[in-house]
This record gives sequence, C-alpha cells and structure tokens, in this order.
Amino acid sequence: MELDVRQTVDWMVKANEKVQEQKDYLSQLDRAIGDGDHGINMARGFQEIANTLPNEEFEEVSDVLKKTATIVMSKVGGASGPLYGTAFLKMSMESKGSNVDGETFEKMVGAAVEGLKQRGKAKEGEKTMIDVWSPVLDVLKEVSEINGEKIREAAHTAMEATKDMVATKGRAAYLKERSKDHLDPGSVSSYYLFEALAETLEKG
Amino acid sequence: MKKLINDPNQVVTEMLEGIVSAYPESMKRVEGTTCIVRKDAPVKDKVALVSGGGSGHEPAHAGFVGQGMLDAAVAGEVFTSPTPDQVLEGIKAVDGGEGVLLVIKNYTGDVMNFEMAAELAEAEGINVEKVVVNDDVAVEDSSFTTGRRGVAGTVFVHKLAGAKAEAGGSLLEVKEVAEKVIANVRSMGVALSPCIMPTSGEPGFELAEDEVEMGVGIHGEPGIEKKKLVTANEIAKELTEKVLPELELDRSVEVAVMVNGMGATPEMELYVVNRKIQAILSEKGVQVHETFIGEYMTSLEMAGCSLTVLKLDDELKELLDSRSKAPAFRK
Repeated sequence: MELDVRQTVDWMVKANEKVQEQKDYLSQLDRAIGDGDHGINMARGFQEIANTLPNEEFEEVSDVLKKTATIVMSKVGGASGPLYGTAFLKMSMESKGSNVDGETFEKMVGAAVEGLKQRGKAKEGEKTMIDVWSPVLDVLKEVSEINGEKIREAAHTAMEATKDMVATKGRAAYLKERSKDHLDPGSVSSYYLFEALAETLEKG
Repeated sequence: MKKLINDPNQVVTEMLEGIVSAYPESMKRVEGTTCIVRKDAPVKDKVALVSGGGSGHEPAHAGFVGQGMLDAAVAGEVFTSPTPDQVLEGIKAVDGGEGVLLVIKNYTGDVMNFEMAAELAEAEGINVEKVVVNDDVAVEDSSFTTGRRGVAGTVFVHKLAGAKAEAGGSLLEVKEVAEKVIANVRSMGVALSPCIMPTSGEPGFELAEDEVEMGVGIHGEPGIEKKKLVTANEIAKELTEKVLPELELDRSVEVAVMVNGMGATPEMELYVVNRKIQAILSEKGVQVHETFIGEYMTSLEMAGCSLTVLKLDDELKELLDSRSKAPAFRK
C-alpha cells in the first residue's frame, strides 16, 4: 500500500481534529510535568495546517510534508515547534522524488527519529516523544508495508509506557522522580498523529 | 479569570503595540513580526544583540531594547519561545554588518528555536554567535538534565554585553563579556502563589495557601521543594545561602544585587527581603556596588521574588555603570 498526496493531506487534517478535541487534555498533562501549554501550541499550529493544506496543490507527498513542517515551525513555538517541524522536514526530505511505499515510509520515520534525537539532544527512555516515534520505527522495520493497525498499536503501547519513565530531558526533567506516573504530553500528541494515520489508511 | 485583556489570542500583539506606543523615542516594531527593535536599527558597524522568549515576563524582553542594551527583543506566545522565523526577522532587522549575538535563556524550547534561527541566519550570510544563560542554582547542572535554567541573571547579560557592543566591541569580544557575566551570575527564586495563564484561565501550578515553592522557575516550574510559608528573613537567608557559595566571594569582591519581583509582590516586600540579604552580605564582608530592586523578569501575576548576584571585576563594573536608554533599565 502506498501513501498518496490526498491521504497525506487527510492525515494532517485528521491529526488536527484529534489535537483540537484533546487540546485541554494535552495542556492538563503538560501542566502536571511541564508548563501547561502543549495543547494550546499544538492546536494553534495544526489548525493552520488544516486551514492551509486542503486549499493547495501538491505534486508529491514530500511537498505536503514540507509545507506542514514550515507551518509547524512558524506557528507552534516552544519545544514542540522545532521538534515536530524537524520530524516533518526530515520525512519530507527522505521522500523527495519517490512514491511512499512501506520501504520509503520506514526510511522517512527513521530520518524523523534521527532528526528528533539531534534537535532535542535526547535518546530513547528519557520520557520524550522519541519514546513513541522510535517504537513505531521498530514496527515499520518488522513489516514491509505501512500497516495502520500495527502502527497505532505500537504507538499506543509506547505512549502508555512513558507513564513509568523518569524524565531526564525537557522541562519535565526538573521534576525528576516527581515526573513519574504522568504520561509525557509530547508522546500523547505523537500517538494522536499516528492514530490519525491509521484511521486515514483504513478509510483508504 | 479576571484580567485586563480584550481577546486571549491577541494579548501578545496588543501588548507589543502598547509597548511601542509607550516608548516611541527608543524603539519600533518590525511590521508583521513579534520583534521590537531599537529606533535607529540597524546600527551600522555595531555588533547587534538579540534576545527574547515567551511573553509574560515583562518588562523582559522588550523593556530592555534601547541604546546600550538590546537591539532586538523577539516575543513568543505567553511562556512559549518565539519561533525560528520570528527570531530570524529580528536578526535581519538589526544586523549592522558586524554580526549578531543571540542571548538565550537555558530552556529547551528557547535553545532549539534560537539555534534554528541562527542556522537560518548563517545560511543568509549573517555572522551569528550565541550564548546560553544558566544562572538558576535551584536545578542542578548535570549530564542528566537540560542543565540550569536561565532566569533574571539574563538582564545583567543584556546590560553588560549591550554596553560592550555600544562601546564598539567586536562580535567575539561582546560574546566574551556575555560569557564572563554568565560565569559570574547566579540566581534563585521563590513563589508564594501561581499565575493564571491568559489563554486557558487556569493557574500554572498548584500551591496551597500556606505553602511556598523554593527554587521556582520563571514559568512556575518547580525547583527544590514545596515548604510551609516562613518569614521574609528566612526566605532571604535561604536564597542567599543557596546563591552565594556558587560565587566564591571574599572581602575583596564587589557584587551587584538584584531583588526581582515575580509580578504580584509589592516593592515593600522586596525591600523587606533586601534588608536581610544586605545584612548577610555585609556580615560576610561582601561589598555591594549597586542594588536593583523591582520587576525585571516576571511571571505574569505570580507572587514571589528572586535573588540574583553578579560578581564584578573592573571591566564588568565599568560596563554595568555605562549608559543605557532601555526603558526598563535606565542608567
């Protein structure tokens, strides 16, 4: 199965629906271990994405993701803006000139994970969004297609697992042990993104 | 939520318009951006200083724009760092050909957005250097954390590096001064009550009536511990005891002291705290060159204060004393 331009736009529009629905929940999670603006920042950025993408013409998936990256970087702010912006930009660069089949998508997510590590100076296990992106990459390596159900499952399990982690990167790191028993807000918004992808693929 | 606002989504824009109309003689807005720059920017052949961060810390950062201090302040949403494209606009608006120094507070979002802006500016051929301020002694500096936060000590970095730039220092010389200030400035804060975020109407964190948060950050992030409210003298003592040992002060040393209000604490209380701080310094034989009391780096209407101590040498003293026309730091 290949991901085409229309589906990529649908994916982002659906991701926005989820972010808008869960805006307050994301901010609540962030208030517990950060500064409480994750929902507001993500909602501002993704609303702009949903307003923009359906009204533009794109040649390939790479172009949709590049536009998404630009909007995220200029509208989200905080740490989420550069991180999500970097992830979308790396996926765009990796898919330039190719159709997005399972193999390409795996490379795209791989590039995004590398980009996130570099930009955030973080690695797996530090209670950040990488702890969702990296397990999704592992699943993509196992299966040779873009399997929505497996991606959603992996992202969900990974998101839940951040609850037991002690934050050592980002704002939550100041809380150390006190960061335990809380989901990482960036992991939760990353889960919504992958859940939106799964739903888009199911719709066809 | 009871606030003097029109529309929660327009707070930052309307604030920026209000600042510029208050100080038209020292600053102007870069149209279509969240950047406020010196009236005469770009100043040819002068190194430019660009700082910024989330809104809600007023008078930081726009209040420090003016001759002798910042060339540009870039505002983000409330408590949210500005985006790279906005920082880039600020850099481009003030580059006078001698390069630009970015003053960044050590917060993950600020560091990432300013770093990306620096990369973009370099791609456009602008010479950019950056320093990261990490004066907060409340959170430890280790490879396991993002490091210490940058708080009110940033104001001294703006002032002294700004003075060096105004005196004609090269980009590297201005950066060296900024780094020297960073190496010699330490702060710690305490919160008595949280602030209310204008966008959500919710308090940023929970604090019981009889509790204080020691080592609080400028967004209300926790530091060392929550404890029962104690007297001003005891708070002053605890802040001083945490800040001073970091600076290795002795009788030959002069310092600048800043007792900064977090937004909702009256000056009266800041003076009460300062009384004890000065007594402790005097007991230790530390000479105070100058004391600054008031609001420099706030946290909306959070009650509380922070103590910042800057260890001076002859060079830093001269730079601190030199002229500044920034509205929130006139000298």
